[in-house]
Amino acid sequence: MDLALNDEQLLIKDSVERFVLNDYSFDQRKKCVAEASGYSEENWAMFAELGWLAIPFSEEDGGLDGTAIESMVVFEQFGRAIVVEPFIPTVVLAGGAIRLGGSSEQRKRYLPALIEGKLQGALAFVEPQGRFDLHDLTTTATAKGDSFVINGYKAVVLNAPAADFLVVSARTSGAQRDTDGVSLFVLDAKQAGISRHDFTTVDALRASEIIFENVEVGADALLGEAGEGLAVLKQVIDEGTFAVCAEAVGCMEVLYKDTVEYSKVREQFGQRIGSFQALQHRMVDMFMAYEQSKSMLYMTAAYLEKGYDEEAQKYIAALKVQIGKAGKLVGQDAIQIHGGMGLTDELSTTHYFKRVTVIENMFGNSRFHLKRFAALAG
Amino acid sequence: MDITFTEEDLAFQQEVRSFLDEAWPEKMRLKYRRTVLDRTNKEDQMGWQQRLAAKGWAAVNWPVEHGGAGFTDTQKYFFDLEMTKAGAPRMLPFGMTMVAHVLMKFGTEEQKQKYLPDILNSRAWWCQGYSEPGSGSDLASLRTKAEDGGDHYVVNGVKTWNTLGQHADMIFCLVRTSQEARRQMGISFLLIDMKSPGITVEPIITMDQPKPGFQEINTIYFEDVQVPKENLVGEEGKGWTYAKYLLEFERGNAHSPGLYETLNQVEGMARETQSGAGALFDDSDFRDRFNELKIQTMAMEATEMRILGSLSAGQNVGPESSLLKTRGSEIGQAISELAGEVAGYYGLPLDQSVPLDDDDFVPVGPTHFNGVSQKYFNLRKTSIYAGSNEIQRNIMAKLVLGLE
Repeated sequence: MDLALNDEQLLIKDSVERFVLNDYSFDQRKKCVAEASGYSEENWAMFAELGWLAIPFSEEDGGLDGTAIESMVVFEQFGRAIVVEPFIPTVVLAGGAIRLGGSSEQRKRYLPALIEGKLQGALAFVEPQGRFDLHDLTTTATAKGDSFVINGYKAVVLNAPAADFLVVSARTSGAQRDTDGVSLFVLDAKQAGISRHDFTTVDALRASEIIFENVEVGADALLGEAGEGLAVLKQVIDEGTFAVCAEAVGCMEVLYKDTVEYSKVREQFGQRIGSFQALQHRMVDMFMAYEQSKSMLYMTAAYLEKGYDEEAQKYIAALKVQIGKAGKLVGQDAIQIHGGMGLTDELSTTHYFKRVTVIENMFGNSRFHLKRFAALAG
Repeated sequence: MDITFTEEDLAFQQEVRSFLDEAWPEKMRLKYRRTVLDRTNKEDQMGWQQRLAAKGWAAVNWPVEHGGAGFTDTQKYFFDLEMTKAGAPRMLPFGMTMVAHVLMKFGTEEQKQKYLPDILNSRAWWCQGYSEPGSGSDLASLRTKAEDGGDHYVVNGVKTWNTLGQHADMIFCLVRTSQEARRQMGISFLLIDMKSPGITVEPIITMDQPKPGFQEINTIYFEDVQVPKENLVGEEGKGWTYAKYLLEFERGNAHSPGLYETLNQVEGMARETQSGAGALFDDSDFRDRFNELKIQTMAMEATEMRILGSLSAGQNVGPESSLLKTRGSEIGQAISELAGEVAGYYGLPLDQSVPLDDDDFVPVGPTHFNGVSQKYFNLRKTSIYAGSNEIQRNIMAKLVLGLE
């Protein structure tokens, strides 16, 4: 057992760390958020150039054949700067669905361009009634000769405003909550019949509500076999879960360290607030929550590297629970210890707090994963 | 001890309901319920307060001789409860429950006559100038100076964490009129016209990202602001005593009606939210956690009745107010956290809607989730302001438990 990074992984870590430290200060991030698209296209081109967009894809598809560990290294560093560029929607979710479920033609059509930074994607898989159940679908794809006609509503689709292509989950057969009959389709985001209501999220990302109205796609839009899409979707969402957990660990590191630093300079009643024992204990709790989360993250990465099996899934569920609980503790105490300043948009801490809050609601919250853990652990 | 309500009490409750049905109509309820956020629209707020004043119900905590509503404790409870249920805006506390009490106790006859009727009838909007950049819970560290200019003071300094001062006509401030060995000495309580030359109001953008103009807090700059000496309350240098007197009113509010109302909202959301094959509210784990918060709220209500109910009119809550403030804020934060959990993905959209007839913001998802995360962010303030909960625990340790 060895939970340390190897030399190659350390190189990636150094390269991403250099980026977040040199090119992604809080003020630089503000500029990215203020762009019309909500992120910096220049940064995106740089991610492509540095090969980061290629990490999870196979060499055959133009990728680097990276494992979960290489991805983790990127997201943990991204978390330290709350990077807003749509890496998760495009590379992990939409790109992941094609990587795992696409035919060689579909992979050829989308992945090299994605890796070059020329394509943005989004995964439309949430429905208002479905909550965190991936199979709970009212969106339908009805066969019509050689093609399919998609009708339905998708909620909170991250990066949809910038997306060139969408991957959509839709029911090709069965009832709303059946696990069979779920299919994935990849289609042009501008296709006729697709309408969007775009909005900003509380953590400064862009998303859309999407209506599909008689959207007709050819059979070449189907990812994998009709009705067999749930397995791919589950794995993609687990990879997304793992990615946001790695990001949350990076966020927590900054939250707890910035709070400790602040407590060393902030004075009240003529004393540094860090000298108050009541606050010292809370900051030690923040530190422990962060360390344990990081350990769980690395352990989960090691399991995922071996393969996406039931043990790895159990670890992902456990990790999400750990991150949810730790994120709340670290985030809330960081705000509390910063006092009034901790309530303002001006302070970077609040933005990290908002990000860990949003992460708790993504891909199943702690309660969802606690139940899933119970089912997997037997 | 008696927990039954009399027929008169119940008749009063009905009277409040009927009044609210007419005075706070469906149209206004919808306007204010578009979101769970409390955004203040000056015109509606003042109009509503004036409506309450016309009914004689504006000054719930005032002595009757000054125009107080003359409610019994039970009537206050029902009034609070029905107001909260109807989603009617709360009376802004700065005039009515803060400066007014200081004026009644320490003001001159002229000051009472000049200011109290306008406060009672909501003709003037007041705000508070206590905190300063860096002062935090250590209020006595304040540095805003008021220097003698003959018949007036010359005020220079900065006040921050000021609530809704962008709408205010008047501000009551703590200012330093002399440097003394003890920091609590040399502080005076001054009333300042917000239209005075030299005052600048600058918004503070909080993490819940209100729409511009609808910010909750501000920083106020005073540059050579001339304030007539007749605007000094009580004696020069005694401001700290008056401020402490006022703080107890700030901390002595009943939290439980508002907590019950937010629990009701969460229950409504959870009943309409599907989880698995059923409703989230029927999920036993969720229901247990919801009920734990409900029971904490019941304990809060019982404590409020025991503490607040034991006071005679005009009497202040003592250090027990720290208990109410600490637990009230913590339960409120926990409920907002649970609301965020119910919302799931619909906790993500940013809500910048405001209560205006022509508000053009288009909310995302079911209305009852609008602003849910922002409310959770916003309520972090409640364990920080008015003396952080750490300070409240210090107060209880020292003054209630006798620990030094």
